[in-house]
Amino acid sequence: MDMKVSKKKLGLKEKYQHMTRGLGWETTYQSMDEVFPYAKYEGIKIHDWDKWEDPFRLTMDAYWKYQAEKERKLYAIIDAYAQNNGHLSVTDARYINAVKLFLNGISPLEYMAHRGFAHAGRQFPGVGPRVACLMQSLDEIRHAQTQIHSLSNYNKYYNGFHEYRHMLERVWYLSVPRSFFDDAITAGPFEFMVAIGFSFEYVLTNLLFVPFVSGAAYNGDMGTMTFGFSAQSDEARHMTLGLEVIKFILEQDPDNLPIVQQWIDKWTWRGYRVLTLVGMMMDYMLPKRIMSWKEAWEVYFEENGGALFKDLARYGIRPPKWLDQIEQDKDHISHQAWATFYNYAAACNFHTWIPTDDEMDWLSQKYPNSFDKYYRPRLEYWREEAKKGNRFYNKTLPMLCQTCQIPMIFTEPGDPTQICYREVDYKGNKYHFCSDGCKEIFEHEPEKYIQSWLPVHQIYQGNCFNEGVDPTAEGFDPLAAVLDYYHLNFGRDNLDFEGSEDQKNFDAWRGMATKNT
Amino acid sequence: MGVAAIKEYAFESADRLENFHGNQLLYIGWDKHLMFCAPFCLPLPPAMRLGDIIEKVLPGVFGYHPDFARIDWSKVEWLKSGQPWRADFDKTLAELGLKHKDVLRFQTPDLNGIKGSAS
Repeated sequence: MDMKVSKKKLGLKEKYQHMTRGLGWETTYQSMDEVFPYAKYEGIKIHDWDKWEDPFRLTMDAYWKYQAEKERKLYAIIDAYAQNNGHLSVTDARYINAVKLFLNGISPLEYMAHRGFAHAGRQFPGVGPRVACLMQSLDEIRHAQTQIHSLSNYNKYYNGFHEYRHMLERVWYLSVPRSFFDDAITAGPFEFMVAIGFSFEYVLTNLLFVPFVSGAAYNGDMGTMTFGFSAQSDEARHMTLGLEVIKFILEQDPDNLPIVQQWIDKWTWRGYRVLTLVGMMMDYMLPKRIMSWKEAWEVYFEENGGALFKDLARYGIRPPKWLDQIEQDKDHISHQAWATFYNYAAACNFHTWIPTDDEMDWLSQKYPNSFDKYYRPRLEYWREEAKKGNRFYNKTLPMLCQTCQIPMIFTEPGDPTQICYREVDYKGNKYHFCSDGCKEIFEHEPEKYIQSWLPVHQIYQGNCFNEGVDPTAEGFDPLAAVLDYYHLNFGRDNLDFEGSEDQKNFDAWRGMATKNT
Repeated sequence: MGVAAIKEYAFESADRLENFHGNQLLYIGWDKHLMFCAPFCLPLPPAMRLGDIIEKVLPGVFGYHPDFARIDWSKVEWLKSGQPWRADFDKTLAELGLKHKDVLRFQTPDLNGIKGSAS
């Protein structure tokens, strides 16, 4: 009667225990320090990895089952969208440029996040975070793949989608998101987790995904909207992981606080700079607007982020630095960024345009303190000139910030008429920055940033021409040579939206879908 | 320590002077004319006269702006690294002491961009 019956199936708790924590061991043939060589050099002290609380008790078998189900649904919708010529139901063809920006600038970051989490997962001596990083690593590569699959449909019909992988490492503006992620994955595993797991995924992710996904929904892009929603359930897990990382590190040792605080300052600022692209997309590239960049910042950062940092205050964490500047900048950066792409539209793989009168009125209303005073006059001037056949194409290369790699387009806090210049002398060379934030990040680790691959300087060094091109030959056209190196087709991928092949094709195809002639 | 690293970590600057084939970089910005979204980066020979830069290079750079033709260069005020700077158009970059990656700004007090908007 009191014989023990062995259970055939493990309970959830036991199964979880065996399939996560049970997978690790103390190594003996090699020391733990040799096996995990990156665990200590950043200065973070961990005394007890078992104190790690898994935010979601998910095991790999459950993960596969759950994700496979989601993927099936996603692909059913993507197929239907493609088969029904869903691309012709978007608001207007200008919208497609927002999708180009996403595929070129964001999807490759998903892939880099996959690599980063795989690396962090390999390097943490604790099993809990390793398993969590493994799952996030898989999420990220799935996101990259589903985005590429969804958006490949647009590549059949429109320009600028064809070489996102090649362009990421070459095209001037893509050095901004690329260098952001390169900075993160070349840091140690702890910094990576604070950079991407916490600052990007937790603090800033809503400002990235909500605008693109809602933008897609508002503009009739079912394909993009669907992968956004499919990714969203993963994002909730990523956010929880990001928060758990911070709390775990801070609870382990009081010496960790200043290191973590510096990373939060750095990565909030770095992420905020990258989000300039999103701000521009929201204010200028969506034919049907969702909300302004400024409103999004107020809701998703000032309110939600404010609550988060109140919560973290008990660990000694204060809100990130330079928020006072960001507060002033929110009236300006989206306009400054759009003007930049308008300037350099000849070297860009998506189109730009002057907003319509209605759209300018919307901008005036959303930005009563800045748009009419500082930005409308230049847009109207450019529009007049374009009408005369004198569309502005800036042909001289800009000065770049050494840290964020964005052209020096940002203005002094408190003076939107004055470009913000900062510089540092380091070992006999000068380095220039767009802001106090970028300058301070450089000063903390100058040896890292003096190697920055700044597109403008690389062009002038002759490193951005295809093999065999002779820049000293007579009649050498540097812009054409650089665009060749980018694999950018002049006259198709670049220049103004007005008169573009995309515009003409979309009009013709939509006409065929909705009219009888 | 200039970087957090697992071992010695020292590299040369990617943008050191000798990488530019005899040129040096000069950054130049025109204050209150933000139609040009950022200051410019120009690779120039150190033996080039400032006057030649103004006459031969800058028109291609800033000439699109309607204010450019109206500039009285004798009245332009110059800043180097944000500090007032005396320009001498007859001197070369080297003679003027301008080093690789120095930054000049020029101000045209009577000209403040499209409709005075600093554009």
